[in-house]
Parts: sequence; C-alpha cells; structure tokens
Amino acid sequence: MGRIAFLDANAAVAEAAVIAGCGFYAGYPITPSSEVPETLAKIMPERGVPFIMMEDEIASINACIGASASGVKAMTCTSGPGLSLKQEALGEACIMEIPLVLVDVMRGGPSTGLPTRPSQADIMQARWGTHGDHPIIAISPCNAQEAIFETIRAFNLAEKFRQPVYILTDGLLSHLHAKVYLPDPEEVEIVERAAPTVPPEEYYPFDYNYEIPPLAPWWTKDGKSYRYHMSSLNHDKTGFPTVVPPFIQWQEKRLISKIMNHIDEIEKFEYYKMDDAETCVIAYGSVAEAARVAIDEARKAGIKVGMFRPITIWPFAEKQIRDLREKVKRIIVVEMNLGQYILEVQRAVAEKIPIYGVLQAAGIPIRPIQILEKIKNPEKSVEICMTEEELKKFGGGE
Amino acid sequence: MAKVNYANYLRMEKMPLYWCPGCGDGIVLKAYIEAIDELGWDKNDCVMTSGIGCAARVTGYVDFHTLHTLHGRAIATAVGIKMCHPDKHVFVFGGDGDIAHIGGNHFLHAARRNIDITVVFIDNWNYGMTGGQHSCTTPLGVRESTAPRGSYEPPIDAASAAIGAGATFVARAFAGDELRLKRYIKEGLVHHGFSIIDVLCPCPVNFGRRNKLGDPVKLMNYLKSLCVPKEKAEKMSPEELEGKYVTGILHVDDKKIELTDSYKNLVAKAQASDEYWARYATGRLKEEDKYPITREELKGLYPYDVETPLKKWKKL
Repeated sequence: MGRIAFLDANAAVAEAAVIAGCGFYAGYPITPSSEVPETLAKIMPERGVPFIMMEDEIASINACIGASASGVKAMTCTSGPGLSLKQEALGEACIMEIPLVLVDVMRGGPSTGLPTRPSQADIMQARWGTHGDHPIIAISPCNAQEAIFETIRAFNLAEKFRQPVYILTDGLLSHLHAKVYLPDPEEVEIVERAAPTVPPEEYYPFDYNYEIPPLAPWWTKDGKSYRYHMSSLNHDKTGFPTVVPPFIQWQEKRLISKIMNHIDEIEKFEYYKMDDAETCVIAYGSVAEAARVAIDEARKAGIKVGMFRPITIWPFAEKQIRDLREKVKRIIVVEMNLGQYILEVQRAVAEKIPIYGVLQAAGIPIRPIQILEKIKNPEKSVEICMTEEELKKFGGGE
Repeated sequence: MAKVNYANYLRMEKMPLYWCPGCGDGIVLKAYIEAIDELGWDKNDCVMTSGIGCAARVTGYVDFHTLHTLHGRAIATAVGIKMCHPDKHVFVFGGDGDIAHIGGNHFLHAARRNIDITVVFIDNWNYGMTGGQHSCTTPLGVRESTAPRGSYEPPIDAASAAIGAGATFVARAFAGDELRLKRYIKEGLVHHGFSIIDVLCPCPVNFGRRNKLGDPVKLMNYLKSLCVPKEKAEKMSPEELEGKYVTGILHVDDKKIELTDSYKNLVAKAQASDEYWARYATGRLKEEDKYPITREELKGLYPYDVETPLKKWKKL
C-alpha cells in the first residue's frame, strides 16, 4: 500500500533509499546524478534523518563510512570523475567491512568526459577501481521501477554482507521519467544489520568465529555500548593493525569468500525469450530495454533470439554465462562502452562459441535498430546510427 | 588536584606507546586524558577518529569508540558520525600533514560549518611517520628529508586559517606547557561548536636531528623560545612577531549556530509540513493516504520475470 509516482530513476533511487531505511546521506553535486541529492534534500529532513552536502566527493564517502560504522545505513551518490575520487575510501569500506550504498550514474568519457551524456563505462572501475584485492557487489537496474526494487535490495545486500554495494545507472536511465510504484517500508523485505550475539566485553569486530562477523552498533537501542577499534590497515580480529602473514591471508581470503560463498543469493538476472533462442543478446541497464525492442522485432522476422540480462553485474554471472555456451550458437554483448563486460563474457565462454559486440561510446544511447542489424548480420560492424539532420542538431565539430 | 586513573581511559594492552623517545605526542595524550577526566565524561559517549600519521595513532590507545581511517579524512568521517549522533562527544586527533595538508579542505569546511567536533592538531613541522618529509607547516629554511637544503615553501598558519574559515574556538598551545595545554583542550571540549587546539610539538628524531636539535631537551627549549603568550604578543610589533608562535585562546565565538542544532531546526520545519515522509515519520500517515495497487497494475509497471522485494508479490 504505497504510492504511485512519476519519477526519473535518480529520484526513484532516492525515494527507495529512504524506504530501505537510509539514515544518512552525504554527497557532492555532479551531473547527471543531481536529482538524487535534490530529492533527498527534501525528503530526508521530513523523515528526520541527516542529509549533508559535503565539501568534496572524498569527504562525502568518508562521512558515510563514519555514519555507517556507528550503526546507521548510509548512501552516497556520484558519477564518473567523482567515483574516481571516492575509490580510496571505497577500499576502506571493503577492508573495514562497512555496509554502504554507492550510486554511480555513469557518464561518458575519461576525465570530465561527457557530463550530460550516458555511458556504461564504469563497469570495470566499479570492479577494480580501488587498489588491492577486494570483493565488490554491483547492481544495474534497467528502468525506474527496477531502480526502486534494486536500491532496496542493494541496502539489504550491504547490510547482510558488510559490504559496499554499487548501484550503476546511467545518464539515460536516470533522466527517463516513468510511472512507478513506491512501496511502503512495511511492504518490502528490509534486512537489518545482524546484532552481535555476545556482550560488549567479548565482542570483536572481525571475530574469527564468523564468516561475516556482526558489526555492532556503537550504541544499541537497549542502552548497551560496544566500544571497539577499527583500522583501515590490515587488521586482526580486534580491528587493530597486524602484519602477521596468516592473519592477513585469512582476512584477505575471507573478504572474497564471504561474497563468493553466497553468490546464489547475490546473483540476479533475467532470461527474455531464451527458451528456443539460437542467438543470445547480453545487455544490462538502460541498453537492455533497447535490446528488448530489437529482440521483439527480430522474433517477428522469425529469428530465434533472446536476451540474458544480468541485474547483478558484480560478482560476474559466471555459471549462467558458461551455461549459455551449450544453449546458444552465438552471443552478442551490447554495452555503451568500448568493451568492458564483454571481456568477462569472453573469459567465461573461452572461445567455445563466437562472441560479437555492439560497443558504442559516442555519448548517445544504442538504438534498437543497431542491435537488430547485428542480430541479422553478426559479422558486420555497427556504425553510429544518426541522420545528417540529427547530427546537425549537436552543432560544433566539423 | 585529584589523581587521574589514566588506565581507565587507555587500552593498556597496547602499551608501550610506539612514539619515538622525546616525542611530544605522549604529553598531548596525557593532557587530553586529564581534561576528559576532569570533565567526568563517560567513555561510552566518546568517539575519536583519526587519519594516518604519528599523532593519528592515538585512536589505538584511547578506550573510546575509535576509527583509524584514511590519511586526511578523519574530520570528514567525524562529521558523518556527529551528524548521526549529535548527543555524543566526537574528537579528532591528527598531525599537520593529516589535518592541514591532505585534509585541509575538510578542516576548513568543518570549521565553516561549526560542527561540534574538537580537533587536537599536533604540529611537529614534518611527516614523522614516513621519515621526516617537509609539510605545510614546515617553516622556511628548515631542513627535512625532502628539503635537504631547507624548505622553500612558505608555511600555513593553521590557527589563523581556522579563524578565517569560521571556527568558533581556536587555541594554540605548546607541548612543553602541559598545564595550559590541558586547560585549552578542556575548554575546547566543553565549547559547543567547532574547536581546534593547535599544539606545537617536538619531533627530535625526524625534524630535530636534521636541524642540530636532536637532543629532546634542546629542541623543547628551542620551540619554547618561539612561543609568545597572546597577552604579550598584543604589545609586540609584526616585525618582532615574525617566526613566533602566539599561544593562548586566540578566538572564541559563542553566537554562531552549531551545525547539528541548525539541522534540528530544519527537521522541525520539514516535519511540520504535510508531505508523505513528514507524516510517516511523525505517525500522521493514515491508511487511506496509501494507494492500494493491484497485482495487474504492478505487472503493467514491472513486467519482468524476476523477484521483487515486495512481500506480497515476490515474483510477478
């Protein structure tokens, strides 16, 4: 029993964060993510929880880490260049195992790039952006309604696995308004942080007895106070720095295995018209909606084509994509970059079947016609699809 | 003076302190614990964050809620904590490289916001932990490992920068003058607003040895000769004050609104409205305000064959 609203994906993510119980937001303005803080600036004071615009991208994620460590669900939001600035602190959240939701509205180009234009070029930055071995969870919704559901899931995953979680949207999705349903908090499954099972004097923030040690709030509702230390250095169970090799190896391995052992809970994907498909299109985010149109058109022409849409981008859907090798004759990966997710697909498929790419990093969405052409003729490369008249509207250049 | 039970505030299993012989950080920590003890604050209500560096190691020794965060980001982290828990005491410990150099932006903006955090800023003129590189407070001509012929960069006056940025309590102390240092820290802790205590602190091993001041006593006397009390400085000319460190409580402003108080006012304003979340948070939301969506309607909005977090219709 929630509300119907007409929102873009940015506002949808913001509303969903509050539904999921987000108790702290710190951000910094960056196009094309601005509607997230703009929406939260209105609704978070109404909800009575802190909202703050920090002095820079680095400060905003660090403030979130402080808030989350103290026991509050926290979120920050950014886009390409801002994400680069946040990477060091993201690593801190990984090693301290602090739950955090990081929204990245992907925009084009390296550097300042294309602030107002969409891309999906942060896929690999999301995976390997911060230094050192670390796990990551990244989610890519395909429309505003899914952005609501997936934001709630992102908070749940973050709290359950003590892990920073990305929500990867893009400049196209984030500005496309749609009719959406905003559920009430009572209607959805909301995961709260696991409470410590031991009294404060026996508590360790990185207890060896757990796969995912509970992260105690500093002050519990029943008046207890868990006092402990957490360090951004490699640490032992007490949270204090250590250089003892077995402890470090144990910690580093557990950081990865706490995610990989629960991959079935984290992975989420959609098969679209895949029952009898001979060609499989792999697309995610807003591009998947273009692929869906192209598949429907191709089906009308009698081509047996379907789509595998990963909703969880990281960890990689290894098993599902390996299975595709037996089911289909060819794979077409469609993404708004010059080939990032396709690298992982190539690795998993290991040259068993041919893989083709519709890869475009021109700051414009991939059109269904481009995907349709590729489905019809996989060997032919796909060019930017624009009429002279459309190109003229951009102005500038030659 | 009542005897202070230092062990009550320290993680004794982490002793001995890892600082070099002759370091001033231990004196600052002692003064700080005495100040907390005099105030009688419960250590369960105290939070300390620090970045990376010698002074930043304090978080490992004090028995509070402690976070040892990234280099330079201690104040940003503390802002997040204080915003969520305005009723708790939040402190930051850090050195010149950590607070004023890499973290300078967070320092200035926390001062501007006037958030109730107490920063103990230990200025030893160099990056001690990494081997004595020159920092933003190294005076001109002082030799460091990255300035073998003397630093050529003019330094920052962190206390004046804090005043300029809008901090409401600014004091400068000298680590060799523990009694005054304790008094300034105590007043800074009590102050409701952003407070910074800039402590001039000796580093005999990394700074001293490169400048013929490797003897801790000699270095302490040298730093002492640079300190001028505020009252005396008022009668001195700018030429006489060149290269000197004015100590004392340099600036107090009790009128500027504190950030979490200001946010409380905003929340009161927002929750007085008739918006959805204001009514939800204040318990004024009625059943008839909610839109009862049907399964078919939801399927029209979200046709995908995947699970939703909706309890009622997990898979459409």
